Amino acid sequence: MRHGNKGRKLQRTASHRAALLRMLATSLLKHKRIKTTLAKAKEVKRYVDQLITTAKKNDLHARRQVMSVLYEKEVTKELFSEIIGKIGDRPGGYTRVIKLGNRLGDAAEMAIVELVDYNDIANKKAEERKNQREVKAEQKKEAVAEEKVSEAKVVEETEK
Amino acid sequence: MPNPKRKWSKSRRDKRRTHYKAKVPGLGTCANCGEIKLAHRACPSCGYYNERSMFIPKS
Ligand SMILES: [Zn+2]
Repeated sequence: MRHGNKGRKLQRTASHRAALLRMLATSLLKHKRIKTTLAKAKEVKRYVDQLITTAKKNDLHARRQVMSVLYEKEVTKELFSEIIGKIGDRPGGYTRVIKLGNRLGDAAEMAIVELVDYNDIANKKAEERKNQREVKAEQKKEAVAEEKVSEAKVVEETEK
Repeated sequence: MPNPKRKWSKSRRDKRRTHYKAKVPGLGTCANCGEIKLAHRACPSCGYYNERSMFIPKS
């Protein structure tokens, strides 16, 4: 019987699973939005919601408990100084999971996990990254075009 | 060990399989851009779900 057995094993050993969840929780609190498989997303959601509830006590003990989970000290600092201030009023439900459909390759169902009050900030970041990508792509195109032009010139010279 | 007495004919095998059918996926239209998309999933063409942008699509 599965009485009292919550959560997924994610096909990992206990230590592997703990490391995975700590890593995903750190990334989520750092970037405010992460993309992963649906099963992992649902597990991180539970994990991070509990973590934020602990952090909301905002005392030294809570800080040490959170510090023992997150891999980056800076993220712990940000959680206590900014994140709990921003989403502190909510009685739980600090994160949101949105399904995206199946990924190419293994057809695993993918999802986005995000902190609920950080939607706009995550969007802005994504837009900046997209702009950077576009600029880079254009620069690449120009570089390729220039190379072709110079190559063509070389060919002409040799023909003469 | 108990064994089957007779071979099941192709006809009987195929009759059993008449109930194996492909399901129609739950499709709907995106409220933001009007494209066809899977229900309960973010729109792959505009990245919106519940009037909220979840990601910015490539290109
Ligand atoms: Zn759409």
